[in-house]
Amino acid sequence: MMKKTKKPDLWVVVSIAILCAYLIFLMYPMLNLLQQSLYNKDGAFTMEYFQKFFGRTYYFSTLWNSFKVSVLATIVTLIIGVPLAYVYNMYEIKGKTVLQMVIILCSMSAPFIGAYSWILLLGNNGIIRKTIKSLLGITMPTIYGFNGILLVLSLQLFPLVFLYVSGAMKNIDNSLLEASENMGCKGVKRFFKVIVPLCMPTILAATLLVFMRAFADFGTPLLIGQGYRTFPVEIYNAFFSETTGGDYGFACAISVIAIVITTVVFLLQKWTSNKFAFTMNALHPIERKKAKGPFNVLIHVFCYGIVGIAFMPQIYILYESFRKTSGKAFVPGYSLNSYREAFKVAGNAIKNTFVIGLGALVIIIFLAVLVAYLVIRRRNKVNGLIDIMSMLPYIIPGSVVGIALIMAFNKKPLILTGTMIIMIIALVIRRLPYTIRSSVATLQQIPITVEEAAISLGSSKAKTFFKITVPMMSNGIISGAILSWVTIITELSTAICLYTVRTQTLTLAIYTYVSRGNDGIAAALATILSLTTVVSLAVFMKVSKSKDVTL
Amino acid sequence: MSVCIRIKDAVKKYGNNTIISDLSLDIKEGEFFTLLGPSGCGKTTLLRMIAGFNSIEGGDFYFNDTRINDMDPAQRNIGMVFQNYAIFPHMSVRDNVAFGLKNRKASKEEIATETDKFMELMHIKEYADRMPDRLSGGQQQRVALARALVIKPDVLLMDEPLSNLDAKLRVEMRTVIKEIQHTVGITNVYVTHDQEEAMAVSDRIAVMNQGDIQQVGAPKDIYQRPANLFVATFIGRSNILSGKLEVEGDKATLVFQDGHRVEMPNVLPQYRQSQEVKVSVRPEEFVLETDPTVPGVKAVIDSSVFLGLNTHYFAHTESGDKIEVVQESQIDSIIPDGTEIHLGIKREKINIFEAEGKYNLLEGVRNDNAV
Repeated sequence: MMKKTKKPDLWVVVSIAILCAYLIFLMYPMLNLLQQSLYNKDGAFTMEYFQKFFGRTYYFSTLWNSFKVSVLATIVTLIIGVPLAYVYNMYEIKGKTVLQMVIILCSMSAPFIGAYSWILLLGNNGIIRKTIKSLLGITMPTIYGFNGILLVLSLQLFPLVFLYVSGAMKNIDNSLLEASENMGCKGVKRFFKVIVPLCMPTILAATLLVFMRAFADFGTPLLIGQGYRTFPVEIYNAFFSETTGGDYGFACAISVIAIVITTVVFLLQKWTSNKFAFTMNALHPIERKKAKGPFNVLIHVFCYGIVGIAFMPQIYILYESFRKTSGKAFVPGYSLNSYREAFKVAGNAIKNTFVIGLGALVIIIFLAVLVAYLVIRRRNKVNGLIDIMSMLPYIIPGSVVGIALIMAFNKKPLILTGTMIIMIIALVIRRLPYTIRSSVATLQQIPITVEEAAISLGSSKAKTFFKITVPMMSNGIISGAILSWVTIITELSTAICLYTVRTQTLTLAIYTYVSRGNDGIAAALATILSLTTVVSLAVFMKVSKSKDVTL
Repeated sequence: MSVCIRIKDAVKKYGNNTIISDLSLDIKEGEFFTLLGPSGCGKTTLLRMIAGFNSIEGGDFYFNDTRINDMDPAQRNIGMVFQNYAIFPHMSVRDNVAFGLKNRKASKEEIATETDKFMELMHIKEYADRMPDRLSGGQQQRVALARALVIKPDVLLMDEPLSNLDAKLRVEMRTVIKEIQHTVGITNVYVTHDQEEAMAVSDRIAVMNQGDIQQVGAPKDIYQRPANLFVATFIGRSNILSGKLEVEGDKATLVFQDGHRVEMPNVLPQYRQSQEVKVSVRPEEFVLETDPTVPGVKAVIDSSVFLGLNTHYFAHTESGDKIEVVQESQIDSIIPDGTEIHLGIKREKINIFEAEGKYNLLEGVRNDNAV
């Protein structure tokens, strides 16, 4: 009578496979990195690399520099982003849809392209600088160094704060604002006493994200930093530089220090945000009011001013790409010459971008859906471990991922350096945490009873997953995937560590032509990249039927 | 084919928390059986153990003679209707209803005819090609029912299926559910916390509290002769008053705190001894008198609510107990607040429990689950 049908659960197999993948491609490289930082070339334990770093102000100052510029950039983005979100969601702004599109676009472009464009605008021969000098006779300070990094990072990252806080404000019930007004708290006072506290969990999340991005950003300081040395560049130099490079142990030690710092910041943020944890759900969202008189003018100037400055570099690049060139120099007039050249010299890079990007994307989606399912529906110790490991890359700077992978896979049994596979692996590792989070969020909204209904109707577990769960998640998966796609194609810090001539991508090609001073081709390639981003975003909005983007 | 369900000594634990311990229950073939209890009493847990979505930590579950403890939910041949309906949002109404048959590898013609038949039965044929998000709550409920029934399950399990509907639709749908169950003749286990709904649909009800079954019986039995004080207060409204049972020879007399005496001929012989008791009097079991010469429990009216058919009076007794009295509305004026009243007792209707409320002292209690 008793029938024991204990088939091996398919999900156990999936669990173990994913666990192994994480161990091989994430844990092993990272532990290897740690080991290399603690043992010298003869295999003896040593603290010399760490001593070297902390012993010399020269190195130690890079840490301070990075920290300073990241903290300041975070503060500036909050000062710009939070009021912008407030004004945008409280008042009628003319052309608000376009405004939001542009803000999203700003956040999506590769940071180093922004840096490059600002050099063209405010650098030694910057067009604005030259114009002001000839008109007013004032010599503006150049953009290079600390100020430049701060400017570029702030303009690049404030859209994240804006998008996050806008999302939170959509969850504030209008009655809360009315109640506060009713009790005599309005205007600026209400902004600080009611709205900011209500958005606090989100603001903290955005703060963390902005800090992590700023701290790990590689392209911006590389281009615009000049004498101002920051961490990610130092890691890269320690590893690759022709003069000081090849000191692998030292590069690993700096990487370890970088991870320790991001971990501390991460935990600090978790700790603070736990104190602000609450949930909101608006039955009656805030209605936008029409501002009156001078205040109305003021908020329009504020919104369009900020967004205009942030978008200016992109416009300028677009303009550059259509200028007539002769050799490397621009000559008067307009032509499509730069594009012709770009396709000729970088056609392969464009192809690579799509092959590597799409390859990574497919794996990311596949893994993200599986991990999300394991984490939400099959909670156990192994899957808990997968959950924790899947979030690790969140705190590992891109250049560290790159170096860790090279160190791990440049020797037998598994030689992957120089292949497309290693670039795909790197992108998967870096982007997976974000896609997992969005898949988890989607899955959490699907009541488990729907799956139970399918099982009670005789559907097998595997069939239920593919026929019920995945289709129901598909909207969330696709929109998450498109955002991943955008970040993948604009990625620089990891790719620059791993690429060879054969596996060069669009961002790398742009970087190469920028550093060679070939502005026409660089501008044309950057425009192609931006165009791809715009198209991807348009598809995203079509699919997700929303104008909200959360990274 | 319909089945009877036997549950023997069921145990459910979450970690070290025992939710259900040693629960036994027999559900007859083809009956409409309801698990009723306050939230957190374990009724949904028990239902999900029958369905196979909750693990079983102890005891045996049988469908007829087949032990189902280790059987996969997909093989138990159950139809299930969920609280949130769990309609597949990415499938049309027709695909939702056909889903179970497709899994059973039924032939194309069979799928088409059976699906049509049940959509017709549930009056949803006209929406066959609509997507679920364009259906109202009541229509989704009908889809869920059709989907559960089309596979000809042995048992239909329903987990608070009406709780998401508005009051009017709830009354309408419970008639639909009752009729369908009657037409199909299937064993039905139904979970609800709404005692009126339970009484309206059920053949038998199991009243549950804190993981235990308090009483199993027909709605009438449970309402009129509750097995214990919990059932008396959970089903319908009851005024609980303290009193004494005085026994002299064969004569048992109930004495209220203010000295009002009522002879009780229906006390069970084994309980005929003088003792402290709890008396449960439903609001409609009082006879309200304003004439002070008529004997009764003395009380003073605090407030009143006129509800059309009936008028509810809220009063307090001399000992300070708050009580509610229902009287059919009179054509003359409502008795003003502050009026002293005498409350006669319809002695054949009231219930008397031992001092702790654990069991009923009167004859006529039916509890199918009594050990």
